[in-house]
Amino acid sequence: MSTMLIRGGRLVDPASGVDGLRDMLLRDGLVAAVEMPGALDGVEVAETLEAAGCVVAPGLVDVHVHLREPGQTYKETIATGTAAAAAGGFTTVVAMPNTIPVTDRAATLEWVLSPERKALVRLFAMPAATMGSMGTELTDFEALAAGGAVGFTDDGKPILNDGVMRAALLRAARLGLVISQHAEDTTISPSSGINAGPVAFRLGLRGMSVEAEARIVERDIRLVRDIEKVEGVRAHLHVQHISTARALEAIRSAKADGLHVTCEAAPHHFTLTDESVACGGCNGDIHFDTNAKMNPPLRTEGDRLAVIAGLLDGTIDCIATDHAPHARHEKEVEFERAPNGITGLETALGLALRVLGREHGASVSQIVQLMSSGPASVVRRRQAGSLGVGQWGDAVVFDAEKEWVFAAAGSRSRSKNTPFDGAAMLGQVRATVVGGNVVFRG
Amino acid sequence: MAVRGSLITVDGLEIAEVARLLRLTSSLEAMAAAEKAKLLAGRKVALLFYESSTRTRTSFELAAKQLGATTTLVSDKSSSIEKGESLKDTGLTLRALGAECIILRHPAGGAPFVLERATGLPVLNAGDGMHQHPSQALLDLRTMISRLGLGERPVDERLLDGVTVTITGDIRHSRVARSNAMLLPRLGAKVLLCGPPELLPEEAATLGEGVEIVRDFDAAMARTGAGPGVAMMLRIQRERLAGLEIDLGKYMERYQLTEERLAGLAPNALVMHPGPMIRGLEIQGEVADHANSAIEEQVAHGLAIRTALLLRALKPEVAA
Repeated sequence: MSTMLIRGGRLVDPASGVDGLRDMLLRDGLVAAVEMPGALDGVEVAETLEAAGCVVAPGLVDVHVHLREPGQTYKETIATGTAAAAAGGFTTVVAMPNTIPVTDRAATLEWVLSPERKALVRLFAMPAATMGSMGTELTDFEALAAGGAVGFTDDGKPILNDGVMRAALLRAARLGLVISQHAEDTTISPSSGINAGPVAFRLGLRGMSVEAEARIVERDIRLVRDIEKVEGVRAHLHVQHISTARALEAIRSAKADGLHVTCEAAPHHFTLTDESVACGGCNGDIHFDTNAKMNPPLRTEGDRLAVIAGLLDGTIDCIATDHAPHARHEKEVEFERAPNGITGLETALGLALRVLGREHGASVSQIVQLMSSGPASVVRRRQAGSLGVGQWGDAVVFDAEKEWVFAAAGSRSRSKNTPFDGAAMLGQVRATVVGGNVVFRG
Repeated sequence: MAVRGSLITVDGLEIAEVARLLRLTSSLEAMAAAEKAKLLAGRKVALLFYESSTRTRTSFELAAKQLGATTTLVSDKSSSIEKGESLKDTGLTLRALGAECIILRHPAGGAPFVLERATGLPVLNAGDGMHQHPSQALLDLRTMISRLGLGERPVDERLLDGVTVTITGDIRHSRVARSNAMLLPRLGAKVLLCGPPELLPEEAATLGEGVEIVRDFDAAMARTGAGPGVAMMLRIQRERLAGLEIDLGKYMERYQLTEERLAGLAPNALVMHPGPMIRGLEIQGEVADHANSAIEEQVAHGLAIRTALLLRALKPEVAA
């Protein structure tokens, strides 16, 4: 019978409305008690974690990571990716299906979720919505759901065909699961990794337009509305890595209409703009910075501020990193040849506390909500994301006031492709606990 | 990060540096050939070309030879680039073989930055994708100074006061247009951009201070003719259109620089073209050969400017 006492810290658990000094007892992997300071001192425990001066929060949940296994283990493995997650305070991650082969069959899903992959934190997966993520033939949702799928997505590619997307939303809804959509109309704009606008023009790069994101979001919302009206089924659409003010506006009004539409935003979209492509790196001296290349691309300052406003007013349900590791040689090339994506698991909390908290006034509780109960409810893993009695004993202990500088060289990820090497962070993880076991100490 | 002696973009290139380069160009031009050939004797320059080129490649090569440097040409055809060698490794190989400066032409914007970071060598950008062609902007500037009789003026932010430069055609795909539209306004020129929306999007106006989009070519030419003016014509870059359909008949009717337009709207305007030009499309053959045309002089100024850029890259102490 394993027991752990986390004592002396400020417990921030938005899901149960707690924000104050509390001690917490974990037993057999679950939260056993949350009491006023000192009240649990008499209990005999195997381990005590001193958290004085720190925030104790539900372990962070990331519904959007690329762990590259199977198929591209030179970029990342499930073991290295989840080690990076633990270092970033995450205790639950959801792997995307764009592996090689694509995770579109129950056998591949089982392989990914097998204990032999040695995930250091809780690993869930969102398998592909269509075979090979080719956008035409739906995968076997029922078999995949039975195998543990927490939703379906063709991430990296949109489901463009209206009929296929409608069928996916309806079938997932009948299983009580979400369709997570990468919103990009690839027929009207290139996936070039840079926003269409003055910066792309100045650099002579072809940009991805705002419309390319907005059009798919608007179409998907129409489908959700239609399914509810015609089929009487409440479909759940989750929009991945929202990056534009226009798509956010569509989501805001869909929510106001009561539709089940959720969305996520990535730390890079609330921290950086397309100027980072022109002048990237912490000194601004890396031109055509391939570590500022991702899909959707970094947008304008207006879009960045709209994403922040959406996070603060609740239009955006959660922060998700879109952790996308790539090997050094893949990024050390001409901008247009470089793959999209950056790592993000170890910098998400430090950026959220600095940018959303210090610079834009979000409370610690709001940020914790966006990184724990918010994402947990998108994938309906309600034992994660909160510290009520009986919940999973997953916690992150962090010093919310600690200023530090991120060094990519020290990353646990197998890849170091980040625009935040040398960037200022606020809030440092002291310990990450999964099921009552410490998986990371900082 | 930037390597001394590199020239990759005109963005951030100081006007004082432009002035120094123009002075250096003139002093090299005045120098006896034998003396000039000593300046870079024994030095090694590599030309790395991933795209075809006539003017730029030949003039960089001749410029290096005039200064006594050894040159080697590597093109994407007939090299290990065809076998998949990266730009970084190609650069490191050239450096290992003794190259001290690399002149790069590449279809991808920003490629010279990759090469500069990988090798630490000075890189002269001979055109990268749709991004920049800085030596072209400098040679265009020198051509304007010479033909508009501005040689006595100091090279500063008022050098081109009162001069209207109209750049017409495929601005979207043109690195020459970007380099000129970013450099010339900083020297006082009024830059007008002219072309249809599919070749000239609205954001082009943000390239430089006071850069203006004028859709009607006749209106733009009339403004060019109102004072000292330059009509710079650009080719439609078929290789970069990426599926864009242009009605050439309509284009020629609206945007071709004809004798009639020149004589009627801007009879004294200087006619320029960075080449390669397609006679009969963006420019009437007669206009290319017209007394107002500076097209061949542009090529000659290109050779001169490139000697200065090579000296600056390989002997920065002398060039300064």
